[in-house]
Amino acid sequence: MSSDVRFTDFKSDKQPTWCPGCGDFGTMNGMMKALANTGNDPDNTFVVAGIGCSGKIGTYMHSYSLHGVHGRALPVGAGVKIANPDLEVMVAGGDGDGYSIGVGHFIHNVRRNVDMTYVVMDNRIYGLTKGQASPTSRADFETSTTPEGPQQSPVNPLALALAAGGTFIAQSFSSDAMRHAEIVQEAIEHDGFGFVNVFSPCVTFNDVDTYDYFRDNLVDVADTDHEPTDRDAAKQKILDSSREYQGVLYRDPAAKTYEESKGLDEPMTEIPDGAPEDAMDLVREFY
Amino acid sequence: MPADFNWAIGGEAGDGIDSTGKIFAQALSRAGRHVFTSKDFASRIRGGYTAYKIRTSVDQVQSVVDRLDVLIALTPRTVEENRDELHDGSVVIYDGSRTTMQGLDLPEGVVGLDVPLNELAEEAGGAIMRNVVALGAACEVSGFPIENLDSALQKRFGDKGTSIVENNEQAARLGRDYVGEEFDHEFDYELETTDADYVLLNGDEAIGMGALAAGCRFYAGYPITPATAVMEYLTGRIEKYGGHVVQAEDELAAINLALGAARAGARSMTATSGPGIDLMAETFGLVATSETPLVIANVMRSGPSTGMPTKQEQGDLNMMLYGGHGEVPRFVLAPTTVSECFWKTVEAFNLAEKYQLPVYLAGDLSLAVTEQTYPPEAFDMDEVEIDRGFVVDEETIADHKTPDGKFKPHEITDDGISPRAFPGTDGGAHMSTGLEHDELGRRTEDTEMRKKQVEKRNRKVETAIEREAFNYREFGDPDADTLVITWGSTEGALVEALSFLEEEGIEARVISVPYIFPRPDLSEAVEAAETTIVVECNERGQFANLVEHDVLERVERINKYDGVQFKADELAEMIQDVLGEPAEKSEVSQ
Ligand SMILES: Cc1ncc(C[n+]2csc(CCOP(=O)(O)OP(=O)(O)O)c2C)c(N)n1
Ligand code: SF4
Repeated sequence: MSSDVRFTDFKSDKQPTWCPGCGDFGTMNGMMKALANTGNDPDNTFVVAGIGCSGKIGTYMHSYSLHGVHGRALPVGAGVKIANPDLEVMVAGGDGDGYSIGVGHFIHNVRRNVDMTYVVMDNRIYGLTKGQASPTSRADFETSTTPEGPQQSPVNPLALALAAGGTFIAQSFSSDAMRHAEIVQEAIEHDGFGFVNVFSPCVTFNDVDTYDYFRDNLVDVADTDHEPTDRDAAKQKILDSSREYQGVLYRDPAAKTYEESKGLDEPMTEIPDGAPEDAMDLVREFY
Repeated sequence: MPADFNWAIGGEAGDGIDSTGKIFAQALSRAGRHVFTSKDFASRIRGGYTAYKIRTSVDQVQSVVDRLDVLIALTPRTVEENRDELHDGSVVIYDGSRTTMQGLDLPEGVVGLDVPLNELAEEAGGAIMRNVVALGAACEVSGFPIENLDSALQKRFGDKGTSIVENNEQAARLGRDYVGEEFDHEFDYELETTDADYVLLNGDEAIGMGALAAGCRFYAGYPITPATAVMEYLTGRIEKYGGHVVQAEDELAAINLALGAARAGARSMTATSGPGIDLMAETFGLVATSETPLVIANVMRSGPSTGMPTKQEQGDLNMMLYGGHGEVPRFVLAPTTVSECFWKTVEAFNLAEKYQLPVYLAGDLSLAVTEQTYPPEAFDMDEVEIDRGFVVDEETIADHKTPDGKFKPHEITDDGISPRAFPGTDGGAHMSTGLEHDELGRRTEDTEMRKKQVEKRNRKVETAIEREAFNYREFGDPDADTLVITWGSTEGALVEALSFLEEEGIEARVISVPYIFPRPDLSEAVEAAETTIVVECNERGQFANLVEHDVLERVERINKYDGVQFKADELAEMIQDVLGEPAEKSEVSQ
C-alpha cells in the first residue's frame, strides 16, 4: 500500500459505455475515492461485479477483479476475502442483480458478516435488459413487462439487511458526490459487511426515480438526531416509506466479523511442495 | 483364494446399523483382514430398511457378492430383504422378543439363532448395547476371537469413558457366551487373523484426505447425499492446515465462494452430487472462461431430478462432459477405487492449477459409502507432489506485460497456458470476466481476439494430452479375445468377475479408465479384441458412446440402472450372457 495513491489510479483505460448522465458514473467515482482515501491501491484491492449496467463497473475500474455471473457476486467476494484477508474486497451490482436473482446471497452474506463492502447501484429498473421492472420498482411503475406496473410492493433492501442481522446499513445518492464517497468510505472502514444502497438514477429507462425526485425527497440522517447504533431508531427510519434517507442508518461496531469468529487471519495462498509433514497421521486416523 | 465371508446387520434406520457395522468392519481390519463394506439405505432418517454389509477375506476383496453367511436381523424385513442371499449353513441372529423367523420362506439349511439381545444388553448395563451383544454372538458364530472387537469398541466409545467401553466389552461377551452355551451347533466359519496393518476408509473420506494432502485450503459446499461426507471430513481437519470450510446457502453460492477463493490464490474445491452440479452449471462456464483452477467433485447418485438419492448410478457423465452453455475446456477424472479417490483428488488439484481450468472429479455413491481396507502405504504421502503451475511474482511478472506495463492474465501463449498473478502481487492488478476478453482480461467482441481466446483455452487440452499420462488400468489376460471396459467404481466388481469367468473357462482383458476427458486412446485394444463390452451403471451407455465415437466401432454394452452397484458374480453372468446366448436378463441390452 502506498500513501500517494490517487483515486484515478483505480480507473481503467476503458471508457464507460454508460449512457451520458447515468448515475453509475458518480457511484463509481465515489467508490474509487473511498478506496483511495482508505489507503488502498489497485494491487491490494479485489472488486467483484455482478451483471447489469452496474456490473460493468469492474471493467471501468482498475484493480484485481472478477466480473461474475448474474446475482452471484457476493459469494465470490466472500471467497476472495476468506482466502486472503489481506485484500480489500468490494462487491458491486444492481438492484436486479442483488435483490432479485441474488437476493438469497444478499441475505446470507449479510448474516455471514465477512469484512467487505457491498455497493448496490439502485436505479429501480433493469437497465441492461432495457427497462423492465426491478424488485425496487414502485408497484405502479409501468414498464415493457409490467404495463400496469408490477402491482407488488417493492423490496426494501435496508429492511432486509436489518432483519438479517446487518452490521452496517447505509444509503447514498450518487450525485451527492461528497456524501456518497464519505458513506462508502465508512462502509469500508466498518469491520464487517458494509452495505450501501446507492440511488443511482437510470436516465434512459426510469422517468420516475430521477435526480430531481431524489434531490427533492432525500433526507440526510446526519442532519437529524439519528443515532446509527440505536437499532430501534434505525428500524423506524428504514421502515418509514414516506421519505428517502441517505447516510448510515445502522451500525453495530461491536459485532464480530466472520473471519474473527472463525479465527481466520492468514492468507491461504502459500502451500508446501508436497503433502504436509504430518500427513501420514491423517492416514493413521483410519486404523 | 481363501473363502471370503459375508456378513450383514440390518434393521430400521435409527437402529444404529451403521455404527455397529463400522465397529465390526474396524475389528476385522485391525485383525489384519481385508474388508469391503456396502450399505443399503433408504432416504429417510428413522424407519425404513437399512443394512450394512461386510465382505471380508485375508485376500483383497473389492466388491460385493450375492451371498450372506451371517446376518444380524433386527427386524423381520431384514430377513425378507436378504432371503435370496442366504444359503444352506447361513446363520441368522435375531431377538425373538422383537423379531420372528416364523412364516418366512427361507432356503433350506438356514440356521436361526434366537439370542435375547435386549435382555443381555440390559444385563451388561443398558438396552442400547443390544447391537454389541449381537456382534459378540456373530464373533462366536464366525470363529472370530472376541478380543479383536475390543479395540474397535475402544475407538468408538473411548471418548465416553472407560466404563462405557467396559460395559460394551461385557455386552459382547454375553452375546458370545450365550451362543456358545445355548446352541449345540458347529459353525462352518473360522475367521483367521493376520499381522497385516490396514486402514479402513470410504471414497468420500479419501477425497477429503486427498484434498488435504494436496494443500486444499478452501472448501465450500451445500449438504447433499452422498457428497456431504467430504465436507464433514474436511471440517475440523482443514483448519489445522490454515484452511476453512464454508457451509454455503446453496450450490450456487458454494461454487462462487470456491471460485473467489481460487482467484485469491488458494487451492479450492467444492463437492456435490448431480442436482448440485445442475445448479453450478452457469458458474462452471465462468470458472472455465476466467481460467480459474477449481476442483469440483460430483459424487453421483441416481437421477434424474431428485431420482433415488441413496442409490448408485453413473449417470452424470454427459453432464460433466457437455454441461454448461457454450464450449469450454474442462477435465473429467473418475477414480475407480477408494484409494484412487485419494490419488485422483491430488491429481485434480495439480491439473486444475497447471492448466487453469475446472476439473470434475467424478465419484459415485458406491465409492462414497464403501469402506475398504488398504495398507497405509497405499496413501504414501511422500509420493504427493504439488505443482501450482504458471504463477508469476513481483519480479517475473515483468515478462508478461504490455509495453505500457499492463499485466496479461489471458496472454496468448503457444501452450495455451497464461501467467497467473495472485491478488496482492505488485503490478498485477487485472480484471477477468465471463465476457469474452482480450489478453488483459478486458471485454472484447473483436472477431480475431475471440477466436484466439477460444483456441487458446482449447489448446490447454492439447498441451495436457502431450504432457500428462492419461492412461488406463489393466487386468486379466492382455491377449484375450474378450475386452471388457469400464470406468468408475465398477472396476472392483469387474476385476473379481474375472475369477468367476475363469472358472467357466472364459478369459478376458479388463480395462478400467479413470480419465474420461481427456481420455486414453482405446482403439488399439478394441481392434485387437473380438468382442468389446462396456460396463457401466447407467442405461444409455454414456461411456460406451464415447468409446464408439473414438474407435468407430460398435461395442456391446452391459448397463445397470436399478440403483444397485454391480456385484462380481452377477457381472460375471452378465458378461457370459453377452458372449453366449442372447441376453434374457432385462438389465443386459444388445
Ligand atoms: C442468469 C441470467 N439471467 C438473466 C440475465 C439477463 N440480465 C442481464 S442484466 C439483468 C438485470 C440487470 O438489472 P440490475 O441488476 O438492476 O442492473 P442495471 O442494468 O439496472 O444496472 C438481467 C436480467 C443474465 N445475464 N443472466
Ligand atoms: S440504461 Fe440506465 S442504467 Fe444503463 S447505462 Fe443507461 S442510464 Fe445507466
